[in-house]
Amino acid sequence: MTILLNLERVSAGYGSFAALFNVSLDVKNGETVGVVGANGAGKTTLLRVISGLLPPRSGRIDFDGESLAGAPAYRVVAAGIAHVPENRRLFPRLTVEENLRMGAYLPAARKAFAERAAWVYELFPQLQARRRQLAGTLSGGEQQMVAIGRALMTKPKLLLMDEPSAGLAPLVVEQVFALVRRIRAEGFTVLLVEQNVRQVLDVVDRAYLLETGRVKLAGTATALKQNPFVQQSYLGL
Amino acid sequence: MDIYLLEAIINGLLLGGVLALLSLGLNLIFGVIDVVWICYAEVVMAAMYAVFWLYTFYGWPLLLACAAAIVFATVLGLLVHIVVIEPILGSAPINQLLATGGVLFFLQSLATLLFGTDFRNLGIRLPVLELGGIFISFSRLIAFGIALVGAVGLFLFLSRTYLGTAVRAIAQDREVMGLMGVNERRIYVLTSAIGSGLAGLAACLLVLQYDVHPFIGLTFGPITFMVCVLGGLGNMIGGFIAAFIISQIIAVGGYYFPIEAAEVLAFVFFIVLILIRPQGILGK
Ligand SMILES: Nc1ncnc2c1ncn2[C@@H]1O[C@H](COP(=O)(O)OP(=O)(O)O)[C@@H](O)[C@H]1O
Ligand SMILES: [Mg+2]
Repeated sequence: MTILLNLERVSAGYGSFAALFNVSLDVKNGETVGVVGANGAGKTTLLRVISGLLPPRSGRIDFDGESLAGAPAYRVVAAGIAHVPENRRLFPRLTVEENLRMGAYLPAARKAFAERAAWVYELFPQLQARRRQLAGTLSGGEQQMVAIGRALMTKPKLLLMDEPSAGLAPLVVEQVFALVRRIRAEGFTVLLVEQNVRQVLDVVDRAYLLETGRVKLAGTATALKQNPFVQQSYLGL
Repeated sequence: MDIYLLEAIINGLLLGGVLALLSLGLNLIFGVIDVVWICYAEVVMAAMYAVFWLYTFYGWPLLLACAAAIVFATVLGLLVHIVVIEPILGSAPINQLLATGGVLFFLQSLATLLFGTDFRNLGIRLPVLELGGIFISFSRLIAFGIALVGAVGLFLFLSRTYLGTAVRAIAQDREVMGLMGVNERRIYVLTSAIGSGLAGLAACLLVLQYDVHPFIGLTFGPITFMVCVLGGLGNMIGGFIAAFIISQIIAVGGYYFPIEAAEVLAFVFFIVLILIRPQGILGK
């Protein structure tokens, strides 16, 4: 498998505060990779650096043969990375369909809007009936669907997801993970950030464990599930 | 109903159209770029001079002079954005206020230098219509009609196009727009162009009714801000409604009291309402 995204010794932070230290990580074509870690470990910062919302202090970010370190977000999207941000971040006073339209802002995606929107509605039948409803009035689970659908509108080569299960009722969390499975079954390459270690390790091929901005462990999902440290600190066994 | 009162109400409605147009442009810029153009009315003033100059000195046909003035206002607005606003996008609001305030004084002084403080007008006297005993100024009627067309055009742009939807979306979540593949700086430039283009359009409508002088911005600038704040700063529909409320207060108040008192009444209404609802009529 070819490497789609490769981070090499990436550091980043906010002002004088350093949040990521020499993080190296890769995602191969077709893989679903997890990044797990406690609150404040730097997971969101990592995704923000990849998608160009936060410039790295140092290190390399290569994606599909292109260097993306320091590129603005709009260029990263054009390169083929879509980001489902933490807390969904929909446009609350736009309708569901308008949110999808914004996801399809790039010229190539605009042309394919009708076809992709139909596909998103097929993926999330619940949204079809709510297409003219303001996104801010939807339930948390539905909003997460719109956020994912919006990111899928560009048919990205890589989908970044930041805690899609956060703040949702247990039943809805199950649905979200089922959705991640569905998306990977569709052939998407996914980088999934979660605090929910147990459930993540059931849907990803590999995962990285982040602790205070550093990669503490990395390996296949199976290996991590059996790792004594992970079992003790994250799985509560 | 008293026919003069009816006339006052109709004139208030007509005045409201232009006021609504002015507030739309200012609200658009504020909502999207999050910067208050204190100098907005001075862009209008400059465009009024452009119409005046091209029409009276160069003898251009009025429509052509108006079209040129709209282009002029747009270019001026783009300059304001690129030269003054862009470098201070991330600074404290007070600095932005001072910077656009500086543009206000600059444009006023420049106009004084170039044209002196004389009151100038196009010397056009459009007829007054009489409808069942009510007198309506034709120039106001035209201004109202065109202001409405401008508002509808803006509404269609904002609701029907990708770019327009992006303009609305960016006011709701700036950072996420980047994740949609949108270069926010380009949206800002576009917004400044549309906002100042609307200022140019308003200038064409105002110059039909009022004399232009370097300080004319001070006569309707404050009222435009009042309308925007009353409607909820950045909220275009709120501003649109507020424009008609304020113009009715002035017009109907002017029927019962002297016009200055009516303006005071409008400001009192504004202050009371803002005390009750600081976020404005439709603000969040
Ligand atoms: N905008 C910010 N400004 C300053 N510090 C921040 C900011 N965002 C996050 N941090 C800090 O960076 C660290 C990593 O945060 P984050 O990446 O959000 O972690 P996670 O997503 O794993 O919970 C935390 O210590 C957090 O307090
Ligand atoms: Mg986070």
